[in-house]
Amino acid sequence: MGKTMSEKIIGEHAGRPASTGETVIAKVDLCFTHDASGPLLIWQLKELGMSISNPRNAIFFIDHAVPAPRRENANDQKTVRDFAGKHGAGFSESGEGICHQLVVEDYALPGQIILGTDSHTVTAGALGAFATGMGATDMAVAMALGKTWLRVPETLSVRVSGELRRGCFSKDVALYLIGMFGSEGANYRAIEFSGSAIGGMRMSERLTLSNMVVEAGAKAGLIPTDGETRRFLDERGRGSFREIGQDSDADFEDVFDIEAANLRPMVALPDSVDNVKPIDEIGEVKVDLVFIGSCTNGRIDDLRIAARILSGRRLHRGTRLVITPSSRRTLMEAAKDGTLHALLLSGASVTPPGCGVCFGALGGVPADGENIITSTNRNFKARTGNPEARTYLASPATCAATAIKGIISDPSEYL
Amino acid sequence: MTALKGRAWKFGDGVSTDQIAPGRYFHLRSNLPELAKHVLEDARADFAPNVKPGDIVVAGKNFGLGSSREHAPIIIKMVGVGAVLARSFARIFYRNAINIGLPAIMCDTTQIDDGDRVEVDMAIGTILNVTRGVRISFRPLPDIMGKILEEGGLVKYVQKHGDLELAK
Repeated sequence: MGKTMSEKIIGEHAGRPASTGETVIAKVDLCFTHDASGPLLIWQLKELGMSISNPRNAIFFIDHAVPAPRRENANDQKTVRDFAGKHGAGFSESGEGICHQLVVEDYALPGQIILGTDSHTVTAGALGAFATGMGATDMAVAMALGKTWLRVPETLSVRVSGELRRGCFSKDVALYLIGMFGSEGANYRAIEFSGSAIGGMRMSERLTLSNMVVEAGAKAGLIPTDGETRRFLDERGRGSFREIGQDSDADFEDVFDIEAANLRPMVALPDSVDNVKPIDEIGEVKVDLVFIGSCTNGRIDDLRIAARILSGRRLHRGTRLVITPSSRRTLMEAAKDGTLHALLLSGASVTPPGCGVCFGALGGVPADGENIITSTNRNFKARTGNPEARTYLASPATCAATAIKGIISDPSEYL
Repeated sequence: MTALKGRAWKFGDGVSTDQIAPGRYFHLRSNLPELAKHVLEDARADFAPNVKPGDIVVAGKNFGLGSSREHAPIIIKMVGVGAVLARSFARIFYRNAINIGLPAIMCDTTQIDDGDRVEVDMAIGTILNVTRGVRISFRPLPDIMGKILEEGGLVKYVQKHGDLELAK
């Protein structure tokens, strides 16, 4: 019997073969936290009376509310900054960007086990790593001992073949799958993606797919490595490519075959990520606020698509557009190639790289009774900072088209 | 571990961490007693002002989905909740709850209504709905999680064993 990617990676880190359903103690290659969970993690390390066993593999990011809007946030960030400095751990300052984006740009490698105190740690699965989110206490122990306990998850194999039609992106595939699985349909399981449509995607799109698996409950979302993985790593001057993939005769719990050409742009309706419908079945939905950003869809390719749609056009009267690039590098690229100019000219507001707008901690909060559409990952009640607002999720392209028309709109006419 | 007794507070399916510990109180994450005043506020506004020590949170499917914020189970425990019962839990919340010593029990919660008196016996693995006279059984936690909970959470577990150990 062949092996799933999770079985291979976890087995390598457990020092013995690992099969689905087994619980093992596994070595961890990379641990990271941020200003949202870092203070609690630091507290738990102190409670444990232990320090970080390998500071080079522990990274502290400041990304969740940047620049700090309040004294309390600033103090939390100082706690994290001072601790990382004192222990010689990796540190990423406020303004550098969202942890998940920086982890894939600078740290994650195929075949690694990566833990982060954030549910969207699954993003790095697109590089062929086993990456999963945990809480602060699990992370304190992982940083102290250099290992964690893991149950080798059942694997759902998702094969996407063919080509996406105009106006459709990996976000639409992700939303379609979450609608199909439901918000706990993949709970405790790993999803492994394969097929010609995945093979044809750029890394930026693959990252969106892996990022969203947690919205179906999944523990990891892995993509086999290939030429695109190598290109992405080489572009960043990081040589350590390795081949890792699934065996075709692995013990998958289930296999799903998706024909990319059959998908239409998708929208998740309030208040649940699995409340997904094709855009042509939702009727006319007026939108007051549009947000493009986050670890899901705030990369340069996302901003370029938005700029292409918005270029030479103005926002619909009464509709606001807020954009947050996922990292400083993203913002600099957008500034260099004219993307930023086109976005600003259309009437968009651009905020510094970070997470804040996505989860209602910083700016971009809708008013009571308003509708907001975002390129992010969650639309739970209160997610965007106001429990009296309604949140829709879609691709950056759909968000941009919506900002022009003031109603949720199919982007294909602009592409 | 002794039996837990309390009033049931009933919640629906899919209660997210955004409802348990809303992002708009992000600045209170290092001030847990203040954050706890808003626990579950967006799911049920009458919960935080009225919950009593020993009360039991009873929910539907996929409780705690969303973010990895451990503040969510911490503030549920902080207001005195003895256990969370749900038909299912989201993965990270489940692990977090056990790690901080909050019993998270998967069982058939359709047999419990809001306001029922409930007794949970962790040792035997049963829940008695005193109000309705119904007994609900539940499966014990997976080995390592059972041990972590029994020893009062992951910090105490690691302090005691100095390491992570799998049951032989």
